[in-house]
Amino acid sequence: MNVVDLALVSATLTASAPVVFAALGGLLCQTAGVFNMALEGQLLWGAFSGVLFSHLTGSAWLGVVGAVVTTAVYALALSVPAVAFRADPVVVAVGVNLLALGLTAFLMRVLLGAGGVYTSPDLPGLPTFAKLGLDVPVLGPQSPLVPLAPLLVAVTAWWLARTRSGLRLRGVGGHPEAALSLGLGADRYRHVAVLGAGALCGLGGAQLALGNVTLFSEGMSAGRGWVAVVAVMLGGAWPWPVLAACLLFGAAEAFGFRLQGLGLPQQAADAAPYVITLLALVVAAATRGRRRLLEAS
Amino acid sequence: MPAVELVGITKRFGDVVANDGIDLSIETGEIHAVVGENGAGKSTLMSVMYGVHQPDAGHVLRDGVRLRMRSPADAIAAGLGMVHQRLRLFPGLTVAENVVIGAEPTRRGVLDTAAASREVERLGELYGLRADPAARVGTLPVGVRQRVEILRALYRRARVLILDEPTAVLTPGEAARLFEVLRGVTGEGVSVVLVTHKLGEVLAASNRVTVLRGGRVTGRFATAETTAQELVVAMIGRSLAPRPLAPPGERAAGPYLLEVENVRVRGGEGPARVGGVSFGVRRGEIVGIAGVAGSGQRELLDVVTGLRTPDEGRVLLAGAPVRRGRDPRVAYVPEDRPGRATAPTMSLADNLLMGGQRERRFSRAAVRERARALVERFGVRAASLDEPISVLSGGNAQKAVLARELSGDRPLVVVEEPTQGVDVGAQEQIHALLAQARDEGRAVLLQSSELSELRALADRILVMFEGAIVAELSAEEAGEDRLGAAMTGAAG
Repeated sequence: MNVVDLALVSATLTASAPVVFAALGGLLCQTAGVFNMALEGQLLWGAFSGVLFSHLTGSAWLGVVGAVVTTAVYALALSVPAVAFRADPVVVAVGVNLLALGLTAFLMRVLLGAGGVYTSPDLPGLPTFAKLGLDVPVLGPQSPLVPLAPLLVAVTAWWLARTRSGLRLRGVGGHPEAALSLGLGADRYRHVAVLGAGALCGLGGAQLALGNVTLFSEGMSAGRGWVAVVAVMLGGAWPWPVLAACLLFGAAEAFGFRLQGLGLPQQAADAAPYVITLLALVVAAATRGRRRLLEAS
Repeated sequence: MPAVELVGITKRFGDVVANDGIDLSIETGEIHAVVGENGAGKSTLMSVMYGVHQPDAGHVLRDGVRLRMRSPADAIAAGLGMVHQRLRLFPGLTVAENVVIGAEPTRRGVLDTAAASREVERLGELYGLRADPAARVGTLPVGVRQRVEILRALYRRARVLILDEPTAVLTPGEAARLFEVLRGVTGEGVSVVLVTHKLGEVLAASNRVTVLRGGRVTGRFATAETTAQELVVAMIGRSLAPRPLAPPGERAAGPYLLEVENVRVRGGEGPARVGGVSFGVRRGEIVGIAGVAGSGQRELLDVVTGLRTPDEGRVLLAGAPVRRGRDPRVAYVPEDRPGRATAPTMSLADNLLMGGQRERRFSRAAVRERARALVERFGVRAASLDEPISVLSGGNAQKAVLARELSGDRPLVVVEEPTQGVDVGAQEQIHALLAQARDEGRAVLLQSSELSELRALADRILVMFEGAIVAELSAEEAGEDRLGAAMTGAAG
């Protein structure tokens, strides 16, 4: 069995897609000057609400829409205290993450009547390109949300660099006092960034629960939101480096999965992405110097 | 008709009346200096003019029309532009982006970067404010950054420029260039409001002067018809005593008390912060250190005081190495008053004790007794020994630090920026204290960005540039031009 092939590339894209969406949200917030550590909880909420709305409507696409809308609403739990009332975003984020864990477990029992894991043959998942009758190389077994993730990174990179609102977002995050003296209030941009991050986490969660698999299980985001936070820091909140960091994580996960097939213990395979993330942080710290990394955070 | 007129501006913060019925009129095309000590109300008045604060009484007229000012956006719309002392620039953005942000040129919804760059170049050409539009502001020297902020105001069609202490961060050469630019700008019919406490600048650059003290106007002068003496009287309500300084004529002789030998400090990255510096300071002399901010002075003084271990070289005090941490033979007055020199939330008495807290003779009562004596001897004005030191004015807090450091008999005195954020009256006393320390036979090492301060106090001036001492000038040789040239690396 060949260890590296196109299937591995495909698996890397699958594994990284939810992280890319979440990291893109984190990047927007970082650019606007809000440290968004609540990606994990929002990703989990996105996964749950995606499954819930797919179950209720019988359409995976309406599930995606439901996830995007409700996760953006859920993001108000971060944006209102942290932006409007100047609470410490780290403290608020801890609350948002813990709330998501409890709330999804509770609502799963109440609304889906299942504990631990919910899955059903009647639960519609996202279609793959193959199922849609499209012959796309590499992406055949993927949902259309998978290529959407890097596409949105490209759009974001262009938007930040080349549009009026993108420039202003960068300014507001870089020096809010200066922005205010030019008549640009930071709060509006920050609210939009945090809610936009919520919507993106909704997309990521929906891909995780309706694309990568078709089920919801308690705590299924499993640290991907934290990896996204790290990716934002590693990439210095620049779109392309952040994408690269996410792909590194995805590759580690896919590779670990592959090695498991070759007899590596499952625990080691599961740990691989996080070990890689940790190593990347250490290497980045060593090469760029401690100060640069702190500035990026 | 004046370009801008402030009429009867009164602004209170709680019980404090920062501005009390101030009238100020700025004519078209003039440079109008607003001077006063710290706390005189200059900053508040400018904030009112720029729409940051709304006055409790009074109003602002622009070309005779009363303005409604709810925020700086209204002031910008009315043709006012402000260059803040702490520049309001975005370090991560380019020069062009910094200039146009908030009023960006676009083409079909997309930023027109080319048009922004052209505009920066055109304005730069017109007013003599050259800056590379594509450069990232964070990489530029501070003098150029200030030009960017002026360009931004002009881009937004400011007809009245307010500059708050613009030369505080500049070298003498950069300051001279700034005033050239300002004269050019006024030639185009723009008015300039220059807020400063440096009387030399006022006399050299302005057309008219308004003096504030205690929130009121205490003098209005045409610059050509006034003198520094007259301005000082209006600023502090009395004239300064003649300088009490001993002439630096009687040159100290004898061995060096402080010997710095080939000290080298490497930074995290890039070239060494301090590259092989050697010098000495004798008892009974003040040695000045000049240089543009960031030339290695901070690192060098950290080594001298024992706060930092040099990568190479050594520092000897009376023949013995300085002790790491805090050497008890060194009196040290750091620049960073709230961060290093004081514990802002602790009381004045506790701050005066610091460093002596382990001495057994200090009971609670003895601490207060000593504090009372020091406050009296050094002329610190404070309502109580128990209030936190942070409520004191800059001048009184600095005098308290000097009282603590100079009260013993430490032979070496290291002082950084002793009069930064200190009013004119206290400056005079602080200078006298340093001269007294010298006359007592201590060795004084004085780092300052105020060249007039160095020239008035120092027997010798060492000029640092990019981590090296590039010139050593005697008090007589150290004219502003020679100092300024050495500070920018041109051989003095």
